[in-house]
Amino acid sequence: MSGHSNYEPKTGIERWLDARLPIIRMAYDSAIDYPTPKNLNYWWTFGGILAVCLVVQIVTGVVLAMHYVPNSDLAFNSVESIMRDVNYGWMLRYIHANGASMFFLAVYVHMARGLYYGSYKAPREVLWLLGCVIYLLMMATAFMGYVLPWGQMSYYGAVVITNLFSALDNVIPGVGTAVTTWLWGGFAVDNATLNRFFSLHYLLPFMIAGVVGLHIWALHVPGNNNPTGVSVKSKADTVPFHPYYTVKDGFAILAFMILFAWFVFFEPNALAHAENYVPANPLQTPAHIVPEWYFLPFYAMLRSVPNKLFGVIAMFGAIALLFVVPWLDTSKVRSMRYRPAARIFFAIFVVSVLVLGWCGGKEPDDVVIAIGRDAAGDPTGLSVTVFSRFFVLYYYGYFLLVLPILGLREKVLPVPDTISTPVLSHGGSALPTGATAEASKKG
Amino acid sequence: MVETTNANPNVDPGHSAEPGDGSSRRDFIHIAAIAVGGVGAVAAVWPFIDQMNPSADTLALASIEYDFSKVAVGSQASIKWRGKPVFVRHRTPKEIADAVADDHAAMRDPATDASRHKAGKPEWLILIGVCTHLGCVPNLGGTYGGWLCPCHGSVYDTAGRIRAGPAPLNLLMPDYEFLSATKVKIG
Repeated sequence: MSGHSNYEPKTGIERWLDARLPIIRMAYDSAIDYPTPKNLNYWWTFGGILAVCLVVQIVTGVVLAMHYVPNSDLAFNSVESIMRDVNYGWMLRYIHANGASMFFLAVYVHMARGLYYGSYKAPREVLWLLGCVIYLLMMATAFMGYVLPWGQMSYYGAVVITNLFSALDNVIPGVGTAVTTWLWGGFAVDNATLNRFFSLHYLLPFMIAGVVGLHIWALHVPGNNNPTGVSVKSKADTVPFHPYYTVKDGFAILAFMILFAWFVFFEPNALAHAENYVPANPLQTPAHIVPEWYFLPFYAMLRSVPNKLFGVIAMFGAIALLFVVPWLDTSKVRSMRYRPAARIFFAIFVVSVLVLGWCGGKEPDDVVIAIGRDAAGDPTGLSVTVFSRFFVLYYYGYFLLVLPILGLREKVLPVPDTISTPVLSHGGSALPTGATAEASKKG
Repeated sequence: MVETTNANPNVDPGHSAEPGDGSSRRDFIHIAAIAVGGVGAVAAVWPFIDQMNPSADTLALASIEYDFSKVAVGSQASIKWRGKPVFVRHRTPKEIADAVADDHAAMRDPATDASRHKAGKPEWLILIGVCTHLGCVPNLGGTYGGWLCPCHGSVYDTAGRIRAGPAPLNLLMPDYEFLSATKVKIG
């Protein structure tokens, strides 16, 4: 997509096309000849996995839309009809529903890899920002898609998320109500809401595909980061994308598909909620509503704050922080492979997010650490809400304190001069032993 | 603008009268065209935004009538009004007394029990059954004998006032009036 091109059209037709629309040249330069650091590990295969996830979701989604009816009286039954009557409908829907989970699983690994190896640092800030935009669009798409079956969880998910905007009433009275009424197209989540969600759920994946194009473009200008974080210095540091990474990515995609297929064919409802097989009832909220697993950490943040407005701010702020990561991190060393202290903070960060996810799935008053018993004999002590506050603080602290301060104060291990140095020096001739052992561990 | 003179002075002899004053009629036309075009673009966007607001048929469903004679003392009916549940709760004397007794307790959204029902009908509590936190439907129960929201644990008392949890406001009251001894009009 950028830089020098080695494409040479071989046939007359290719030459003719190349002078008019150099599309084969673009494909050749970006997917075959594209120089890629030779030391990428399996964490780097998730980009390819994500591309496959997007294609799977679009293909199954377009087909499902041929059978789905976006009407509050008919939606639930049309989904049941897909499950029972449409040929292979059950499979298509299970692929689509579990595909959303697989998509988020892969994107979280992809984001964590970027955070660990410093893939957001110069000159890849725009690449990272575009990734954040994709993540936002994914969340919007997943949320609206989850509403479409019009079950109880669908309905109350839509109610709770759209009501987040009513917190604006605490800023300027009336604005929140006006915004929610506008979002709903009525005075509650209803048929108008379902219709527009369907329209947008169909649109957004194509917008994601567009931003993915920009994301790949922004990747191919500076080129891939790599596990050492050291920039490519010469041709000796790279290999052509094909066949080296087409094969590596292909293998990872197949391995990922095994997990995907296991969910679809053996545990299709493991990540879903039984409550969503009950038709939406605007007069009765289920006893325990939770979002899908991939939103649970943010849900826990929302609930950890006792004030409505600040709870909403805490939740959206957690996502907004991702956008400024490139400017919060002061460390000049990209990869945490050479930042032992940062590795520990990062590990705690990952654990915090997982714990928040666990908290989000519990009821707010559940007791995590029992201290005593109340009059009724129920345990009392540290509730999920209070427990989660520690991890919310760490989440914010990681971005707002650790990333800016650690980079100025930490002691880093020696960073190799080139990618090839650690790759070719197993045994530690060129580097101190500790650094070499570390450098070769994951390479 | 570098070029400040018209290409054909015969056509437009009065053009560019003041040399050195960087602006020209062409600049004015550009700015005016962009301004008018911008206003037009904004005006064209408005229908695409406003189409999402409630449609005329949605707005038309403004009021309903309900016969509450079958709601026994101590129970509650949930009826649908504008897509939302409305609670019609027939309070027991104890529930009313509890609510009145708490009139001066510390509350997030202070209100007296008398302000929560129509004068002379303290037994009928008519409220919009939507939690003011994030819109779930509270269930009967909770430590104050009113409602407990299953989503994020907001607790309301027997007058529908917020007493604990994240909700900022008391349960809202719809506009309603009693039409007869057994009928109420909501909305």
